[in-house]
Amino acid sequence: MEVRDLKLYYGNDQALKGINMMIPKGRITAFIGPSGCGKSTLLRCMNRMNDLIDTARIEGEILLDGGNIYDPKVDVAELRRRVGMVFQKPNPFPKSIYENVAYGLRLQGVKNRRILDEVVEKSLKRAALWDEVKDRLHENAFGLSGGQQQRLVIARAVAIEPEVLLLDEPASALDPLATLKIEELMFELKEEYTIVIVTHNMQQAARVSDYTAFMYLGELVEYADTDTLFTTPAKKQTEDYITGRYG
Amino acid sequence: MNNWFKSGTPWVWLNAGAVSISLVMVVGLLLMIAVNGLGHFWPQAVIEFEHRTGEGAEPERVIGEVSRSETMTAAAMREAGYEVPEGQDVVVRHLVKRGNRDVTGRDFVWYIEDAMGEWRYPEDILVLERTTWGDFFGYLREFRSNGEVIGEGRAARDAFETRLPESLAITREIQQIERFDIGNVNFQMEQLRLQRRALERNPELADAEREERLAELTAQRDELQAQYRELESRRNELRSQVRGFSLLMETMEGETREISMADVVSAWYPNDMSVAQKMGHYVRSFWDFISGFPREANTEGGILPAIFGTVLMVIIMSIVVTPFGVLAAIYLREYARQGPLVRTIRISVNNLAGVPSIVFGVFGLGFFVYFVGGGIDRMFYADALPAPTFGGPAIIWASLTLALLTLPVVIVSTEEGLTRIPSTIRQGSLALGATKAETLWRIIVPLSAPAMMTGLILAVARAAGEVAPLMLVGVVKLAPSLPVDSNFPYLHLDRAFMHLGFHIFDVGFQSPNVEAGRPLVYATALILVLLIIVLNVTAISIRNHLREKYKSDSD
Repeated sequence: MEVRDLKLYYGNDQALKGINMMIPKGRITAFIGPSGCGKSTLLRCMNRMNDLIDTARIEGEILLDGGNIYDPKVDVAELRRRVGMVFQKPNPFPKSIYENVAYGLRLQGVKNRRILDEVVEKSLKRAALWDEVKDRLHENAFGLSGGQQQRLVIARAVAIEPEVLLLDEPASALDPLATLKIEELMFELKEEYTIVIVTHNMQQAARVSDYTAFMYLGELVEYADTDTLFTTPAKKQTEDYITGRYG
Repeated sequence: MNNWFKSGTPWVWLNAGAVSISLVMVVGLLLMIAVNGLGHFWPQAVIEFEHRTGEGAEPERVIGEVSRSETMTAAAMREAGYEVPEGQDVVVRHLVKRGNRDVTGRDFVWYIEDAMGEWRYPEDILVLERTTWGDFFGYLREFRSNGEVIGEGRAARDAFETRLPESLAITREIQQIERFDIGNVNFQMEQLRLQRRALERNPELADAEREERLAELTAQRDELQAQYRELESRRNELRSQVRGFSLLMETMEGETREISMADVVSAWYPNDMSVAQKMGHYVRSFWDFISGFPREANTEGGILPAIFGTVLMVIIMSIVVTPFGVLAAIYLREYARQGPLVRTIRISVNNLAGVPSIVFGVFGLGFFVYFVGGGIDRMFYADALPAPTFGGPAIIWASLTLALLTLPVVIVSTEEGLTRIPSTIRQGSLALGATKAETLWRIIVPLSAPAMMTGLILAVARAAGEVAPLMLVGVVKLAPSLPVDSNFPYLHLDRAFMHLGFHIFDVGFQSPNVEAGRPLVYATALILVLLIIVLNVTAISIRNHLREKYKSDSD
C-alpha cells in the first residue's frame, strides 16, 4: 500500500500536509505521535471512512495493489471489504456473538449454514476468543467483557478475509492483560495480513511493529523500521518524543 | 430560615407536593369513574314507602330504587317552592328511580325525607329489564299463557322463574336472526340490486346477453327472497313461542299491567337475593353491558359496537401511521442533507402535533371523505350513486385522519431513537463493507425499533381518546352493522362505526333521559380507560421484548 502526497482538509483546516509513505505487505506498521497529529485521520483515509464527514476534502492518492482507492470508479463497500478496520472502542452489534462474526459474510449473501459455522469458528479461533465463547455463541455480544468484545470485533473483521487490517488504538480502552492478548493476536495475524496500527503507547509500538512512522501536526516526520527509529532516530523531534521530553 | 432555604429542603417539599397532587388527582379520577361506573350493575334494594302529598290528602305508595341523596339547606328548599316548617335548618331529599316510564312518564323523582313514611323492603317486588321503556318495578300477580292464568301469587312466581331461562334463550335467538342472518340476506340483496343496475346501464352489452344475465340475477334474488321468507317464518314462530306468555304486574299506583315475555330482557327480585345471587347478577349484567348491542337511544343495553369500533380504528390507524412515520423519520435523519430546509420541516412536523384535533377533522372531511371518497365512488361505485359508498363517514377515513394526527408523534420519537444510536456502531458496519442501506436495515432500524414502538404507544394513547375529529369523518350515534362481518370482503372499511368516546358524549349529553344515562356514562368511560390501558400495556410489552432482544449500550 502506498500513500502519495495525501492532503486532507476539514473545512479550511489542513489536517494532513502531504504524506508520502510505503506500507509493506505482511508487516505491522505503527503510527505514533501526539494527539491531533493526524495519525488516526491518515488511518481512516486508507478505507475511506473520512467520506462520512461532509466537510472533509482529500487530495492526493492511496494505492492499493497499484489501484488508486480514491478513483471515482471504486466501489467503497468493496474497498472496505478489502481493508478492514477495528476501532478504539469495542463496537459489537446488538446481536449474538455468532451473528456479529457472520455479519460480513451475510452482507455478501452467504446463506449456507455450514460455511457460516466454519468461518465463525475459524475467525474466533484466530482472534483467540473461541475457547471463551464456544458455549455461548448465541448469546448477546454485550455480555462479553471489554477485552473480549475487542477480540470479537477483530474476529468480525478477519471473517471477511481482508488484505489490510487497520487498528485504531485497539488497546487504549483495555486493561494490561487484555492489551497483551491483543498484541499477541497481532503477531499471529501478521502472517496473513498487512496491519496498520495507530497507538499512543510507544512501548506497544516498539513491541509489536516492524515499521514505525512518527507524525507531528499533520506531517510525517520520520518513517523507518522500528529498531532504527527507536534506537537511532534521525530527527531531533522524534528523539524528544520517544524519550518523553516532548512538550 | 436562610439556611433552611439554602439546604434545598423547600424544593424537595415543593417537588414532592407536586407529585402527590398529581397522583391524588389521577387516582381520584380513576376511583370516581370506577365507583360510579361499576356500582350501576349491582342489584340495588328496591324500597316501598308512603308519600304524604299534603294535609288531609291520601298518602300515595311509591316503589323504587334510591339512586342518590342530598342534604339541602331549608332556605334553598323554600326558595325552590317547597314548604319547610319553621325551625328546621336542613332538608334531606332522595332521588328515587321509579321506573315504569310508560305508566308514570317520569322515572326519576325527588322526594323529601320528611314526607316519606317508613322504608319497607318487600321481598316479592320484581324488577323487569325490558327491551323498551326501561325498567319496570312492581308485584307479579298472575302468570298467563295465551290469556289463560297459569298461576297466581306465589305460583305465578314459580311458573315465571321456570319459564324465564327458556324465553330468554329464544329471545336471544330471535335477535341473532334479526341482526345477523337477515342482515346478511339484506346485504346480498343490495349487492344484487347494484349488479342489476350496472347491467342495465352497461351500453356495450348485447340485448340477448343482458336478458340472460338479468334472468340469472333474478333467479339469485328469488333464492335470497326464499331464504328471507324462511328466516322470517322461523323468527315469527319463535316469537309466538315467547309472545304467548305474559306477566300481569301491579304498579305502585295499584293498577295492573300486562307485560309480554317477549319484552323481558332480564328479571330479578332485588330484596330476595343472597349475596352470591347478587354477585351472579352483577357479573351477568356487566357482561351484557360489554357484549351487548345498545337499545333505547343508547341509554340501555351494551356497548359492544363502540368497543369494537374503537379497537378496530386504533388498529387500522397503527398499521397506517407506523410505516409512514418511520420512513419519514429515517429519510429526515439519515438521508436528507441537514440544513435549513430539513430544520424547517422538522419544526413544522413538531408544530403539526399542536394543531387542534378538530382542524384535522375538518381536513379529513374535506380531503378524505369528499375528495378521495367521492372520487372512489365516482370511479368504482358509480352504480350505487347517489348513495355514497366511500364518500360518507367511514372507518377508513377516521383511521386515516387519526393517522395524520399522530404522525408527528411517531416521527419525533423515531428520530430521537435514530440519533441515540452511537456512531461507532454505524462505522463498524460500514467498515465491514456494508452500504448505507444495508447498515440501516440490518443494524439501525432493529436498534431503534423500541423507539418506534414508543412513538406508536404515544400515538395509540392519543388516538384512542380522540373524539372531536371523528364526529366529522366516521363516527355515528348508532351504526346499523359492525365493520367486520361474514360477508365478503369481511372487513368493510366503508362503514360508519361507533366509538366509546363519542358514545360517552352521546349518552351523557344528547340523550333524552339524563338520569338513566348517568351511570352508563361512567361505565363507558371506565371501559374506555381500561381499553386504552390494555392497548398501551400490549404495546409496552412488545417494546420491552424488543429492547431485551436488541439490548445495547444506547438505552
